[in-house]
Amino acid sequence: MDDLYRDEILEHYRKPHNFGTLPEPDAVQEGSNPLCGDRITLMLGIGASGTIDQVAFTGRGCAISQASASMLTDEIKGKPLAELARLGKDDVLESLGIEISPARLKCALLSLETLRRALAGRVAWQASTE
Amino acid sequence: MTAVTQAVPAIDRETGGRAAALDTDHSSEAVARPIDVEQIRRDFPIFERDFGGQRLAYLDSASTSLKPRTVIEAVDGYNSRYTANVHRGIYTTGEEATAAYEAARVKAAHFMNAPDSHEVVFVRNATEAINLVAYSWGRRHIGQADTMVLTEMEHHANLVPWQLLSQEKDADLEFVPFDGQGVLNQQSFEVLLRTRPKLVAFTQVSNGIGTINPVREMVAAAHEAGAIVLVDGAQAVPHGPVDVVDLGCDFYVFSGHKVLGPTGSGVLWGRRELLESMPPFMGGGEMIREVHLRRTEFNDVPWKFEAGTPDIAAAIGLGAALDYLSAIGMNNVRTHERELTQYALELLPREVPDIRIYGPPSADDRAGIVTFNLPGIHPHDVATLLDRAAVAVRAGHHCTQPLHERMGEAATARASFNVYSGRDDIDRLAAGLRDVQRIFSRQA
Repeated sequence: MDDLYRDEILEHYRKPHNFGTLPEPDAVQEGSNPLCGDRITLMLGIGASGTIDQVAFTGRGCAISQASASMLTDEIKGKPLAELARLGKDDVLESLGIEISPARLKCALLSLETLRRALAGRVAWQASTE
Repeated sequence: MTAVTQAVPAIDRETGGRAAALDTDHSSEAVARPIDVEQIRRDFPIFERDFGGQRLAYLDSASTSLKPRTVIEAVDGYNSRYTANVHRGIYTTGEEATAAYEAARVKAAHFMNAPDSHEVVFVRNATEAINLVAYSWGRRHIGQADTMVLTEMEHHANLVPWQLLSQEKDADLEFVPFDGQGVLNQQSFEVLLRTRPKLVAFTQVSNGIGTINPVREMVAAAHEAGAIVLVDGAQAVPHGPVDVVDLGCDFYVFSGHKVLGPTGSGVLWGRRELLESMPPFMGGGEMIREVHLRRTEFNDVPWKFEAGTPDIAAAIGLGAALDYLSAIGMNNVRTHERELTQYALELLPREVPDIRIYGPPSADDRAGIVTFNLPGIHPHDVATLLDRAAVAVRAGHHCTQPLHERMGEAATARASFNVYSGRDDIDRLAAGLRDVQRIFSRQA
């Protein structure tokens, strides 16, 4: 069983990065996975130059959904919006680096799905989450 | 060896208590016989499959049950040797198919001690049965400001159809709450009955936490208040003897696939005069006697409610499943599962530190369902890790979101049993849960 949840995922789950709220976010988006009750709220601060200057999230749920949100927020911090447009399912799965069964895919992709909705209209998304 | 050793299944009828409803006996199969799990497992081909060097520890029977060879062969027999539609073909296989389909109806009636097999309507599952009653009986009898009483522990299948009806008719829905041990508050129920509800609908056994409700007493009280009563038996029928006459309800529903039968088989039982007074649910072939361009004369019950070609193979398979269980004896099934539940309720808190178990503390008040959480670990992670050890449990809200809201949990993990479940399954669950805890407490 041990190899499934590697230490890095458990570390992100126990001590998620960027966990909290922003006082004046430019975008706020809630996302949930009704199947298991995973839930996150993502807040973004977007700078004048069109980069993600600040990012924070709160949430509760399984290790995969919360670790994936922690990793994704690390990934997008400081990035220009144009660069985010290429961010897709494969990037998230690569960061997690573990085998994700079809039943757990929604948990893994909840944060990306939420990010996409948070930036709808600002970013012309290219890669699919399907 | 995991066989049950008690010689005599206890009958709790005298207690008038919560357990009584699953411990009555109406059948002639009253011989008390311990269940030999190893022998039973030989009847289920899925146990021959290799799951990473292990036999599957299937602990999700409340979701759907495994299928014995006799059921698989019954379905295959219809599909390979006497495939034909029912109630139509004037030829050998057509008559064989009709006879097998109608024989399954008689078996279903006998299994729940229904006095008349014409009171048994074949549907796809319990959900369809409840929808049938909501649409056919409900639309005719529920009106504006009428009250329907449900409970807070209902499966979504016994909640959403009534919500739809209440929205359509502007009727009221009221809910009996349950306490910290998962037991319905009977004082609240009595108070709600003073509103003179038209309908009372509740589950015999909670699929979320396993509580066995005092059906007989609740039905009697509801009838005194003038209500029609529907009992959801989806989680009761697989786990012990059921007697609809003794329970006294007006409608009783269950799913065939939870009682060793195929998916696509389900039963609605209703008192004959009620079924006869109800308009059809769906129109089409089979449910008619005479059709003219502008009017139709409907068939007799139960066929009036079976529009179109039914799932013939599934119904025949269900008949085989009920034969299989009758040969074991449902009292023996109940004794076996109570013993397993007792074992789980003792073992898990001892072997798995900090585990939180929901529902009634005594196995006497529970069907074979043990719902739990490990603090700080989401049940989905628990289920994913257990799967690596070939232990299958359910994780989520088990189609009971309001029940979970009431308990203050977004999700739980659930282990549930059937005739093929043994102590070794629970041992593997306990060992798996310890591993999950070890993985989650591991420091990098």
